[in-house]
Amino acid sequence: MKKSIALIAALATLALPMSAQAHRAWLAPTSTVLSGADAWVGFDAGMSNGVFIPDHAAMNLAGLVITAPDGSTAQPENMVRARYRSSFDLHLTQPGTWKVANVSSGINATYRENGEEKRWRGQAAEFPGAIPAGATDVVATRTSNRVETFVTLGAPTDTVFTNPASGLVLIPVTHPNDLAAGEAATFKLSMDGVAASGVEVTVARGGTRYRDNPEEMTVTTGADGAFTVTWPEPGMYWLNATVRTPAQGETIAANAQYVAVMEVLP
Amino acid sequence: MRKLTLAATAAMASAAAAPALAGDLNVSVEIPRLSVAAYHRPYVAVWIERPDNTAVRTLAVWYEVSNVAEGKDWLKDMRTWWRRGGRAMTLPADGVSSATKAPGRQTVSVPGARLAGLPAGDYVVVIEAARELGGREVVRVPFRWGAANTARASGSTELGAVSLTVTR
Repeated sequence: MKKSIALIAALATLALPMSAQAHRAWLAPTSTVLSGADAWVGFDAGMSNGVFIPDHAAMNLAGLVITAPDGSTAQPENMVRARYRSSFDLHLTQPGTWKVANVSSGINATYRENGEEKRWRGQAAEFPGAIPAGATDVVATRTSNRVETFVTLGAPTDTVFTNPASGLVLIPVTHPNDLAAGEAATFKLSMDGVAASGVEVTVARGGTRYRDNPEEMTVTTGADGAFTVTWPEPGMYWLNATVRTPAQGETIAANAQYVAVMEVLP
Repeated sequence: MRKLTLAATAAMASAAAAPALAGDLNVSVEIPRLSVAAYHRPYVAVWIERPDNTAVRTLAVWYEVSNVAEGKDWLKDMRTWWRRGGRAMTLPADGVSSATKAPGRQTVSVPGARLAGLPAGDYVVVIEAARELGGREVVRVPFRWGAANTARASGSTELGAVSLTVTR
């Protein structure tokens, strides 16, 4: 028990901004379905054991990319990094669905130098020169992380649901801002542009502080990368999937992580 | 723009079977008088659905039309209507949108000509009310289009008695 606590603490301090080995990364909007000529939405982003409960660490939002329905990039406003959460506002100035994503990638490495275990993390380009010549037991993992959410002003649109050629992404079949309790929703996972089959997806609803059972669900993607969730109750939901690829020959291991936050209405 | 939207909706509704000979559709909705500290008139939407919950036509939306800057910000609180059709509409819309209504009996009268493209069959009139600092309620009233008939239902919190008449 003591060992695992020490390990969690070590990972929490050393981990990449969003690698979240021990803690869950979340990016939660204050509303997801909006009407009117324009609208403001606030966002909180943190890392903690209980999703949407800011009690551990604020998220580093260096990789924040906001995509407007017309494909342009929008800027956050009123950005603040508090102790346990980072917050910002987004002014929705055009109708349709907006994507708010925090994306990062890099390499995590461990190695031994003069009998001492050391760690390194940084960008892939810096990696070749970063490990000392005398190092042994080099274990490196390429990491890619995407934490995202969607908000819609007026009628939902699907222009922001692109499938990049790299990383683990979600491609909606059901629109993520058109979710209702008791209904089923289907999404597809894609890894480096190819359907990600056999991947476990964890589905957790917020508000765990006010109930005893965490009520988490796990579903697995099929051959086409698709998975279906039937929302048991209204609420803010956290969806997470991880794809680990072992090292193969000259290619180092990879760890791709995806998180989406979606609101389910009554 | 408004006319275009209406024309498009009418074209969609006429896609299926032969239209029924036009009767008139009258819906009476009671907005209950509530003794609460901060009463605001509810936003109300009235629309026609097929029995499988797909929307056919919005008949009425009562919201704060006079508040041009912010009146539409809370249309989404009529969640069911917003999802099934409201979010695709351009408001205000002639003959559909109007100001919020006072407690008491309110009526929505739809001349048959406006529903001329609607094929005969079973439908549902849905009334949804959402009130600031209050609750939300949806009342469904099944009816038949294509023959004279009446139907009634009742809400229990944000809506009172609802009655519907189709005349020939």
